[in-house]
This record gives sequence, structure tokens and C-alpha cells, in this order.
Amino acid sequence: MIEIRNLDFSYKKTPVFEDINLTFPQGAIYGLLGENGVGKTTLLKIICGLQRPVKGTCTVDGLTSHDRLPAMLQRVVFLPDEVTLPDNSTPQKYVDELAPFYPTFSQGTFLHLMQELEVEPARKFREMSFGQQKKSLIAASLSLGTDYVLLDEPTNGLDIPSKAQFRSILSKIADEGKTIIISTHQVKDVENLIDPIVILSHNAVLLDASVQKITERLFFEYGGQERDDALYSELLPGGYMNVVPNTTGAESQLNIEALFNAVLRNKDRIRELFA
Amino acid sequence: MDFKKQKPIYLQIADTLSEQVLQGQLTPDDRMPSVRDVAASMGVNPNTVVRTFEYLQQEEIIYQRRGVGYFVASDARQHILAHQRREFLEEELPYIRQRMKTLGIDINELKLTD
Repeated sequence: MIEIRNLDFSYKKTPVFEDINLTFPQGAIYGLLGENGVGKTTLLKIICGLQRPVKGTCTVDGLTSHDRLPAMLQRVVFLPDEVTLPDNSTPQKYVDELAPFYPTFSQGTFLHLMQELEVEPARKFREMSFGQQKKSLIAASLSLGTDYVLLDEPTNGLDIPSKAQFRSILSKIADEGKTIIISTHQVKDVENLIDPIVILSHNAVLLDASVQKITERLFFEYGGQERDDALYSELLPGGYMNVVPNTTGAESQLNIEALFNAVLRNKDRIRELFA
Repeated sequence: MDFKKQKPIYLQIADTLSEQVLQGQLTPDDRMPSVRDVAASMGVNPNTVVRTFEYLQQEEIIYQRRGVGYFVASDARQHILAHQRREFLEEELPYIRQRMKTLGIDINELKLTD
């Protein structure tokens, strides 16, 4: 479990988090959403020990992240949005350098994932497209076998077929009990994959709820008329899409983009509805 | 209007699996595909498929053998059809009635093709 308690963080004089509390119990694919600059990447860096909280604590299985103890580091992998790769290196060489630090690494898993994502382990990074490099990094990160996998914008640069393969791979890994946190703006790429959903805003956590809880509290109406009681309305080719408080107990299909807009525009109301 | 579009994903998956029973791809006492395989093939969260299976069990379409997995119920077909009839009467028919009213279609017009 990842536990964040009363955490403050700031870059010099710019506050990023003020007294936030979050727990990530084991065995789920968390979706970490938020507007640009609210600190999604910063949160991932705090969890893996790359940033030190100003106040409060962040622990992984009880070990303080910023102590960077080997026991903590070998449980967590963080894949940043952009990684500078040595031109002459290859995915195999790259993973060979990481593997000694991770007792759970599996070469078999690495080769299997590379095959599923259709990238050659012996090809030089400089001969690869951005998407192929990204896929190599995903395969390398997931083959380390860590209990916690932190992915920052993992679908950036992936072509359309790769996105489906990515979802399938992540689904299998979650089924093995791993804890995955995906920070992303590309919610359509992970629409039916992420659950629970965490929405950050400046300094605070706006929402932290499972898909089941979200659809218990909110109703997503498709192809209707514009409604005055809507927390968010959007005109789509098929009619209005409305997000309204769920007063009837009816079940509906979550639309994450609409949820995001509804949450950002009705912070207090959402807090009441999810209290 | 697409009725399915509004259903939560776990129920959409339940419909897909029920359809496989109706089409005969899954027959009584067949072992159901695993949560892992269903989730991975659809690229959805495994917990969503767990919910689907719990729902199908509650609807008596599948049953669980402890430690072995889920199996198609011997009367799965009847349960699915009963469920779909209920859904038609409670959700689709009111919509069709409304449409007929709006379009000025009389019930007798539907009987002409008989």
C-alpha cells in the first residue's frame, strides 16, 4: 500500500500540495487525472522517492519513499513521460542495466512483452520511432516485476493498435495483484481500464472514488435534452450528454471526460455528493 | 437510440457473454473463460469483469464451483431470455410507445405484415 499523509510540497515558493491525504491500496489500476500543472508528475516522483515532501509523509509498504532504501526502490518502477535514451543502446541493453537492481525482473516477461508490442529487443534506439522507444520502455518497466508501477502519460506516442495491446497487458498485470498508477490526459485511451479515479486540482484532491461509487452518485445521460440540473452538459452529435446527481439509483456508463469537467466546475457540490 | 450505450461497462460485458450463450458458443456446464482472459481480451479493468461474473451469478446465468471457476448454468438460456424480456418490457417498450406516439403510428399498422 502507498500512503500519503498530511503532505505538503512546493517548488521554491510555488505550493503544489497542501496537506493532502491519499492511499493507494494494493491491486488496482488508479487513474490520476488533473489539469496541466496540478502536480500529477510531482506526486509520482514523491511516491518513488525522487522528490522530498516539505511536510508530511509518503510511504510504500511502510517504507518512507524519500529514504530511498533498496527495499523500497526495488518495489517501485516509475516510467516518466519522456526518457532520454542513449543512441547506441538497445532495449535489451537498457533492461540489462536495470535488472540487477530488481530481484523480481524476468527476462522471459521482457521478451514476451516486446513481442506483444512488436518491438525488436536488439534494435538500436536511434533507429526507432518515438512510439517504438516508448513501447520498449513500457516492456522494460513492466518486466521488472515490481509491485508498484507508476506510469506518466504511457499512451503518448503509441499508435492505434499499440493502445489496445497496452490495455490488454495492463489488465493482465493488474490481475496479478500489482498496483498501477497511470497519470494521463488521454482518458479515452484508458477509459475502461482505470478504476478508482483520482482527480487532483491545485493543492488538493478533488475526487478519489471507484467507478462503482461514481456511478452510484452521478448519472451519465446520453442523447438527451439540455438540463438545468446538470453538473456538466455537452452537445454531442447524438444530443446532449448530461452529468447529473444520481437520484434514482439507475446505473449508467461512466464518461471520464465528462466526469472530469463536472468535477472541476462543481468542486463543493462534488465534495458533498461523495462525502 | 442505442439502449446499450447507457449501460455501465460491467453490464455491457454481461450482455456480450449472455449473447455467446444464446448463440451456442457457450453451452450449459461449459467452463466460463477466466476473469483474466475476458478482461485482457477487452482491455478492461479485471475488477469490472469480477463484477460482471458476480452479476451473472446473481442472475443464475452462471454458477461457481469453489476453487475451480465459473460454469454456464444448465438453464442459463431461460434466465437470459427472461431477463431480456423484462428489459424489453421495462425499458425498450416504453421508448417504442413514446416513438409511436410522436410519429403517429397506430398499433394496428404494426399488425399489417402479419
